[in-house]
Amino acid sequence: MSPISDRARVDTAPKISDEVKETTCYMCACRCGVRVHLRDGHIRYLEGNPRHPVNRGVLCAKGSAGIMQHNSPARLRKPLRRVGVRGEGRFEEVEWGEAIALAVEWLDAIRRSDPRKLAFFTGRDQSQALTGWWASQFGTPNYAAHGGFCSVNMAAGGIYTIGGSFWEFGEPDWERARLLLMFGVAEDHDSNPIKIGLSKLKANGAKFVSVNPVRTGYSAIADEWIGIRPGTDGLFVLALVHELLRAGSVDTEFLVRYTNAPWLVIQDPGSSEDGLIARDEDGAPLCWDLRAEGLSSALATEISPALAGRYRLPDGRTGTPVFELLALRYQQSEFAPDSVAATTGVPAATVRRIAAELADTAFKETVTIEQPWTDWAGRRHERMTGRPVAMHAMRGISAHSNGFHTCRAIHLLQMLLGTVDVPGGFRYKPPFPKPVPPMPKPAGKPGDVVPGTPMPGPPLGFPAGPEDLLVETDGSPVRIDKAFSWEAPLAAHGMMHMVIANAWGGDPYPVDTLFIYMANMSWNSAMNTAETMHMLTDRDEAGHYRIPRIICADSYASEMVAYADLVLPDTTYLERWDCISLLDRPISSADGAADAIRHPVVRPDRDVRPFQDVLIEIGARLGLPGLVDDDGAPRYPGGYPDYLINHLRAPGIGSLAGWRGSDGTLEGTGEPNPDQLSCYVEAGSFWKQPLAPEMRFFKHANRDYLDHAVTMGWIGSPDQIILQLYSEPMQRFRLAAQGHGPTQPPADMRERIQTYFDPLPIWYRPLQEATVGGDAYPMHALTQRPMAMYHSWGSMNAWLRQIHPSNRLYLSRQRAAALGIEDGTWVDIVSPHGRVRARVKLMEGVNEDTVWTWNAIGKRAGAWALSDDAPEAREGFLLNHLIPELLPAQPDGHRYANADPVTGQAAWYDLRVRIEPATGGAEVSEPRFDPLPRPPGQAVPPTILRFGAGFRPGRPGRASQ
Amino acid sequence: MTSLPRDPGPKKLGLVIDLDTCVGCHACALSCKEWNAGGVAAPLPDWDPYGADPEGVWFNRVHAFEAGDGADGRTVHFPRSCLHCDEPACVTVCPTGASYKRQEDGIVLVDEDLCIGCKLCSWACPYGAREYDHDAGVMKKCTLCIDRIYNTNLPEVERVPACVAACPTSARHFGDLGDPESPVARLVAERGGYDLMPEMDYRPVNKYLPPRLKRDDAASATGSAASPGTEPEPEGDGRFLRWLNATLSR
Repeated sequence: MSPISDRARVDTAPKISDEVKETTCYMCACRCGVRVHLRDGHIRYLEGNPRHPVNRGVLCAKGSAGIMQHNSPARLRKPLRRVGVRGEGRFEEVEWGEAIALAVEWLDAIRRSDPRKLAFFTGRDQSQALTGWWASQFGTPNYAAHGGFCSVNMAAGGIYTIGGSFWEFGEPDWERARLLLMFGVAEDHDSNPIKIGLSKLKANGAKFVSVNPVRTGYSAIADEWIGIRPGTDGLFVLALVHELLRAGSVDTEFLVRYTNAPWLVIQDPGSSEDGLIARDEDGAPLCWDLRAEGLSSALATEISPALAGRYRLPDGRTGTPVFELLALRYQQSEFAPDSVAATTGVPAATVRRIAAELADTAFKETVTIEQPWTDWAGRRHERMTGRPVAMHAMRGISAHSNGFHTCRAIHLLQMLLGTVDVPGGFRYKPPFPKPVPPMPKPAGKPGDVVPGTPMPGPPLGFPAGPEDLLVETDGSPVRIDKAFSWEAPLAAHGMMHMVIANAWGGDPYPVDTLFIYMANMSWNSAMNTAETMHMLTDRDEAGHYRIPRIICADSYASEMVAYADLVLPDTTYLERWDCISLLDRPISSADGAADAIRHPVVRPDRDVRPFQDVLIEIGARLGLPGLVDDDGAPRYPGGYPDYLINHLRAPGIGSLAGWRGSDGTLEGTGEPNPDQLSCYVEAGSFWKQPLAPEMRFFKHANRDYLDHAVTMGWIGSPDQIILQLYSEPMQRFRLAAQGHGPTQPPADMRERIQTYFDPLPIWYRPLQEATVGGDAYPMHALTQRPMAMYHSWGSMNAWLRQIHPSNRLYLSRQRAAALGIEDGTWVDIVSPHGRVRARVKLMEGVNEDTVWTWNAIGKRAGAWALSDDAPEAREGFLLNHLIPELLPAQPDGHRYANADPVTGQAAWYDLRVRIEPATGGAEVSEPRFDPLPRPPGQAVPPTILRFGAGFRPGRPGRASQ
Repeated sequence: MTSLPRDPGPKKLGLVIDLDTCVGCHACALSCKEWNAGGVAAPLPDWDPYGADPEGVWFNRVHAFEAGDGADGRTVHFPRSCLHCDEPACVTVCPTGASYKRQEDGIVLVDEDLCIGCKLCSWACPYGAREYDHDAGVMKKCTLCIDRIYNTNLPEVERVPACVAACPTSARHFGDLGDPESPVARLVAERGGYDLMPEMDYRPVNKYLPPRLKRDDAASATGSAASPGTEPEPEGDGRFLRWLNATLSR
């Protein structure tokens, strides 16, 4: 026997790091706090910051793998200028001075002639408060970030209904909810807070119901999984509404106090005001006061508004309360559980039972917090009482062409149950709620775009009616992506997925320069990917590229970088200043506002520059008014950090809310503080402002909260924010379609507007599905984001790619048996648009009419510094090839975007396919493309990675060797 | 062959892993990889990291599988790492004394200076928890973050394994399973924590908590969405009477 003793053979207390820096993660959109441990100037490791409001110390797989993102050989080294044919991937390295001069030369010519010809689209940009403002200063309306192909339906559906939304502007009350209904949340949005919350919810013994065609991730730990047929969630929700109405299980007190349920809707068919809200001479909505037996301002207090009935308005017309219209609509038999069962795949008994559980939980398990509060009218309430049913929804709802209405339906269900910003329910995150719809309006109307001049407002916003659309006098779109046109009136996040196709087609006009930041638009962020690559390289009869110039800013050699004429290499998130602003997409929680920064924790080891610095420099060189002072000198010579401190969006309001005022003592509003960023760094790179206990619920109607929100600059007035069951802005569009008002849709679009601008939530079959035969393409095809990988940001990561080296097509075992397909075999996925070859994996937990795969694992050979035979390229695949960016032609030849007709949200999940066993060919995924060459200067990937060897502590007691 | 401590102490440090809340996010696997890549067993090499067959050393791996058919089945996420057995075959099989179990806390470690890379331990371990570093020619494994849990350079609250600190769903717990009064031991008792493959008699210290019974309200729910004091109204024209007569205050 070998001798063994308990002598210490291992150093149990080695030194960990020389220094710890606290910053913000950027491995996904969660924006968790991280602590970066540095040793000898190198990153030893990253961990969650226990004090951070988002992640409270935990960190996901992506976050921990950040170090491999930083060390990736796919990182760019220096600015690049194309030398070969576009798309060939041949570049030469140039100096920054030359690169910026070239960009300025191109952009200056555009700005002086026609600013619309710059299409500036930023992908998973977390600096939209800067980039959107920069576009506005440049004078182009053609700006958006990735929201239009991600979750604008979630955002707009919420904002136009309750003045807030799921995810960034709201969250479930994880502490108090007794029943959580989660719709279409794969494994993301938001990542760590949902995981933390689900764990809490389950520990509390609450019930978690997941409505999702696929049982992975969060759905795997649900108490009940409802494997719904994709795109039918709205019908399921409205059937729940039907049941609740039938049973009388509706929180009428909540509706009367906080929603527009009692507002009278003008019933005057054919008139220009039919369906609008009846208002008094001051513009206040009217209701019928049962106590006084007369009309009253619905904003008055101490009234007893009627929820049903027909009432004579002062002008002799009839008004009906919103609630009656709603109840009449959803009590119709088309919404009965038996009617929806076949379409949704959810048995009628399940619908009835879930409705009963919702009612039981809401009305029998009331949650009370002994906390007095004061309502908007100044009335004190001794306690906060709520109904502990919470809901959350994300891309499974959003990425369908009926997602806006489905999202509204979910909020309607929450309102009927009285669960909006109450204990146990859905809760707003400050600076939300905001008035419905909020300001601003999008700028870019014909008179707003003037050469050499900034636009009068931001390119993105919230139209309240047809007069706010960005259309020419003939009704045609102003924007290259057709956002805010009759094709997508409420396209609050723009329509990035249409830019390349429209620019290529010159529809509505050609552009000169496509400027892309951090978006993989020639690959996984494009619909119709193969054709998109063609569009990027296509030339006109004269031999000129149809998209004359392409500038790309990115940190990595992505598939898109290969199509650039000029590449501006960005740093990693650990090397730059950044800002997570209340002006953009904050990191608040329901208990208080928060914002954050990133700061450089290490210096770049190569010739790369933070994109934001570069953008500010280009802006100053162009002489954009906001970016130069009165003498024409750069206004922010210190780059992005200078801008973060000194830029004022409105008096006293800047990028960051914390440590404002010359001495750093103010919050929300205040003059710039030169030491502001140091204050953030010292505080862990975030600022948070806990709300006083009396402000934490009923924020839409809570006087202390509303006053506070005004003081902070979040809202303009402390008026109650009334939740909108019935959407009057929607009706305004509908009236225009009926021929009323100065701004009317072109004749061929009227029926579409009439149909989809219903002021109450509707359900309709997803548009693409409705155009293809059910028999020929019987399956739905979806993607999900794996928890350990985020979109395309992962395959360059040596650790994360070991977890998801390639993707499979998941298919139900029963369906596979019927199709004669065996596990692990190759199949063709066929849509009306194309054919993709992939390998199948069979599973049980998937809706039988659905196939799915992980998103963006498939890579083009040669990209991301992976070898040409990497599994991502060999076996990985994209469904994108199967998805057309345009719907089939209308009778007049017009083709609408494959998008939600209300918001322009890209309808990724409307895809219908059939599955065929593959015949012939090698065992590789298809379609295949030529490998991309490595950009010059790219590091040679190592064949073995020994990361961390140098950090190994000494081994005391070890025999010398 | 290597002996186990003749006089094993009462302390048995280990993990309790809750399969009820594990969502399979791999946070534990990555935080483990990241910490240990630069820790006492550094490095944890990755071969062909950007090539056709990337494969590295991981002390903690997460597996996903389905149990049961169709909608009645369950998707299970199962993190797997060294269980620090009381009777570790990987130690007793070791010809050099490289693999050893610590007397003071029961942690199973490998002394790389003594390891000859014969891999007998990985054959002996029924849990597949050993990871061979064929770059250095030595066996490596989970150390229970022995360079964290006693590390006086860390604040006391942070002296837990990296996987426990990172886990977003609090599905991982660390403590002394030899002390029946410890929070982890009580958790095991309350939740019916179990041994993996107890029939092998390796007496793993780590425990797994089974999924909680799904909260199924089907039996308790009435099947009607009626709230207290209301009765469903008959279908037909009279169904709005209730709303008409309700007197509510704004």
